Amino acid sequence: MRKSGLVQNSFTTQALACWIGRVAGLEEAALPAELASWDSRNHRLAWLALNQDGFREQAATLRERYGADRIALVLGTSTSSIGETEHAYRELDADGHFPESQRRSQVHQPHSLSAFVQTALALHGPCLTLATACSSSAKVFASAERLLRAGLADAAIVGGVDTLCDSVLFGFNALELVSPEPCMPFDIDRRGLSIGEAAGFAILERPAQNGKVEKDAMRLIGYGESSDAHHMSSPHPQGLGAQRALTDALARAGIATNDVDYVNLHGTASRQNDAVESALIARLFPATTLASSTKGWSGHTLGAAGILEAVITLLALEQGLVPGTLNTRTLDTDCAQQIVLDNRARELRIALSNSFGFGGNNCCLAFARGAVA
Amino acid sequence: MNGAIDLAIEGIGLHAAGLGDWQSGREVLAGARDPVTTAPLRPAPALLSANERRRAPESVLLALAVAEQACAMAQRDPRELPNVFASAYGDLAINDYLCAVLARAPLELSPTKFHNSVHNAPAGYWTIATGCMATSSALSAGAASFGAGLLEAALLASCESTPVLFAAFDIAASGPLTDVVACSAPFGVAFVLNPGASSNAPRLRLHPGAAVAPGLASPPVAMHASFAANPAAASLPLLAALARRERTTLTLAAGPQIHLQLEIHS
Repeated sequence: MRKSGLVQNSFTTQALACWIGRVAGLEEAALPAELASWDSRNHRLAWLALNQDGFREQAATLRERYGADRIALVLGTSTSSIGETEHAYRELDADGHFPESQRRSQVHQPHSLSAFVQTALALHGPCLTLATACSSSAKVFASAERLLRAGLADAAIVGGVDTLCDSVLFGFNALELVSPEPCMPFDIDRRGLSIGEAAGFAILERPAQNGKVEKDAMRLIGYGESSDAHHMSSPHPQGLGAQRALTDALARAGIATNDVDYVNLHGTASRQNDAVESALIARLFPATTLASSTKGWSGHTLGAAGILEAVITLLALEQGLVPGTLNTRTLDTDCAQQIVLDNRARELRIALSNSFGFGGNNCCLAFARGAVA
Repeated sequence: MNGAIDLAIEGIGLHAAGLGDWQSGREVLAGARDPVTTAPLRPAPALLSANERRRAPESVLLALAVAEQACAMAQRDPRELPNVFASAYGDLAINDYLCAVLARAPLELSPTKFHNSVHNAPAGYWTIATGCMATSSALSAGAASFGAGLLEAALLASCESTPVLFAAFDIAASGPLTDVVACSAPFGVAFVLNPGASSNAPRLRLHPGAAVAPGLASPPVAMHASFAANPAAASLPLLAALARRERTTLTLAAGPQIHLQLEIHS
């Protein structure tokens, strides 16, 4: 039984006919008193995620093991807590000033997310917010890997959070990229994307020095980053930037395309992205590689898409389950044969996750379960 | 933290009131001339056509202007350089527009303004204008954006053994945002950093470290007070040391509890 998280939009301040991936209950999920000055939808979702799966406890254990200044924090977001700034602009006083309750500088800037999480987890190490639109929380893995490789940290917490706000819903609507129905990635009748919200976190540590890889250990084995050098909001028509990121990820991992069991695609359900990405998969991968977009479940979670889909990719590796492409009924005629609509049980060793953002900003992550060779 | 990073500063770009570009700014910072009073208010990167310059957001103009200066001085082809763009606030003018329109008439939001509002718009315009397909990043670290960005760029250069372009910039806040963002004057700076051998270029050794006694890095000259709240202007002590060809050590914040020791061999 598969069920999409997309619901009809009732979020925006003015009606907008579209479907959204909305996390239920955030309006009631207040932050604890000591963090209340950070209140925003984005930080509420961040806090919710930190308190799931024992993540906050794991972060505390890392802090005890290595020291607060030896843990790097690299998070990605596209709009951070700009929803709160939107609120402030709707509540300006008679002289056009922010109301007292919104005079919280730390909330009205892009770094707000990482500053909040750094405070919430009591971390003192290197701390960055990457904001490269929809590749943001994929690129955090690359930055964290470099911090670890250079010995500037013993562990890194990576992740990303983006939440629904008028900026993105009306913004993507203005660009005519939003579908009036639930998004259908790679469908012949796809009409655009559905916007969603998500938060996700992961812990990265250096591999054991003796080179031993534990059976079934989840590993980041490569990443690739590139630019399209083409257009601010349309992908390179031949997917050359995306291909460069993918090739870079394979090279760092020391693998070839026929080693890849599964690719979690960017697959936004926009006409252009899906055509270009599908052609890329058809061009580079053998028929044995399976691929899908999971945005039919979550919607496009923008700056959080990288971490959300990295986590989905890791779950696919762990559980031997290739998630299908939900909502999609009929694949586009020229679609890559690797793209699957139904879920499939399959033993997976190596999987990739693609993330492409505005500005032509691309990132591809390569993960493996256990030793690769 | 351990591990020093050694880099040549092959190119420098600057755009700020009173300083002009790096050509004039280095003389002002070295005390060899009075502050520039004729600096153009709006940066005008040669990379963009007149038409593109008219339409581009101010943060994009500022970032591209300093980035192209740094690449020209370094005599490096921008297409070959991975790049890191650091800005604490993004385009404050577009954010003001966006929030104002959304409060008034959200369906009237301009699609161009929206895609220009992404934090990586300057990085995007830079890679498009130069034809650069290398990795490109856009980051923020609040008040410590210059130091954190410098560390990110230095790590990219040393881990990948490649010269890297690093730009840090912020424009002035406008509209109601001035209630929560103190930044009141634009400031842009850029460097081309090479981890390899580079003849005649000043060298920078960067030692990441935990907190040190605060207040070590005071502004080198009585600069325009309006820069004080611009996170990119945290580069001024480094720029002044480079302008004076000093051999010195500075401390730079890369976060609330993280500092970088900058050893400069000009």
